[in-house]
Amino acid sequence: MSADVVDEAVPPVTVIECPTRLDFSYTPGVAQSRFLRALERGEITGQRCPKCKKVYVPPRGACSMCGVATEEELVLSGKGTITTFCTTQIPSPGLVPPYVTAWIRLDGSDITSMFLIQECDPAEVRLGMRVEAVWVEEADRKADLGNISYFRPIDEPDAEYETYKDYV
Amino acid sequence: MKTDVLTAPHSIEYTYTRSTGPMIGAFMTGLRDGKIIGVRGADGRVHVPAIDYDPVTSEDLSELVEVADTGVVTTWSWNDQPRSGQPLEHPFAWALVRWDGADTAMLVAVDCGDASTISTGAKVKARWADERTGTIHDLCCCELQS
Ligand SMILES: [Zn+2]
Repeated sequence: MSADVVDEAVPPVTVIECPTRLDFSYTPGVAQSRFLRALERGEITGQRCPKCKKVYVPPRGACSMCGVATEEELVLSGKGTITTFCTTQIPSPGLVPPYVTAWIRLDGSDITSMFLIQECDPAEVRLGMRVEAVWVEEADRKADLGNISYFRPIDEPDAEYETYKDYV
Repeated sequence: MKTDVLTAPHSIEYTYTRSTGPMIGAFMTGLRDGKIIGVRGADGRVHVPAIDYDPVTSEDLSELVEVADTGVVTTWSWNDQPRSGQPLEHPFAWALVRWDGADTAMLVAVDCGDASTISTGAKVKARWADERTGTIHDLCCCELQS
């Protein structure tokens, strides 16, 4: 293609695409590796701080408040309570709007985690709503948080505000 | 507690769509046409790539100047292990090249085999992409000129 032809035929450049890519090799460490292996078995695990007794999910191997190692491991039920949520109206890869993401306090955990809420009208989602994890088929499970497809409502009365007020 | 510690590839990628503004736009349009475009500054020096504002007086610049696609290496360093996304897959030099007709130098890859062949003051010539689209990749790299 000749430069002269391009000169005539194509408008000047006013916009450029500038992709930025960073490739990491990620190592989650001992505590979170155990957590991911548990997910592969279909279990959500946490670790309890020996000092303040708070339960971390996912476990970090140490309590950031007390500065001590967390070794006691426990398996959670996979049920929890919505403490905060957001309804998104714009599309995102793989998600059809409107969809709801929520911070969930898993039963037995002292920290909240963010998950997608499905099988439910977004207008029905509320603080205190009781939900449970929906897992991918057993054959498709990996050591990956993607094993939990989403959370869905369960037929239980809403949690009392007192039980999650510190997590809103 | 004994555990196998996991590891996995993890990539973060953002695509920015950037407005070029009139001067970088002219530079990119020039690359698409196989030309290197600079701009004349308030003191008469030619800056390449073209820039919007004079680096000394801050005034708006607008006098575009085409420079040659041959130039001189003003400094360089050797890249022995190129990473993905870099201009060449085999070892090459990163060099500041002052194009003939320009007063400033810009960063360009120089494809010159091994580090013993390049030196400050070496003459180089641009190698252009076969299909040019108006990005910095239109100017693949430079080759040494004997
Ligand atoms: Zn603690």
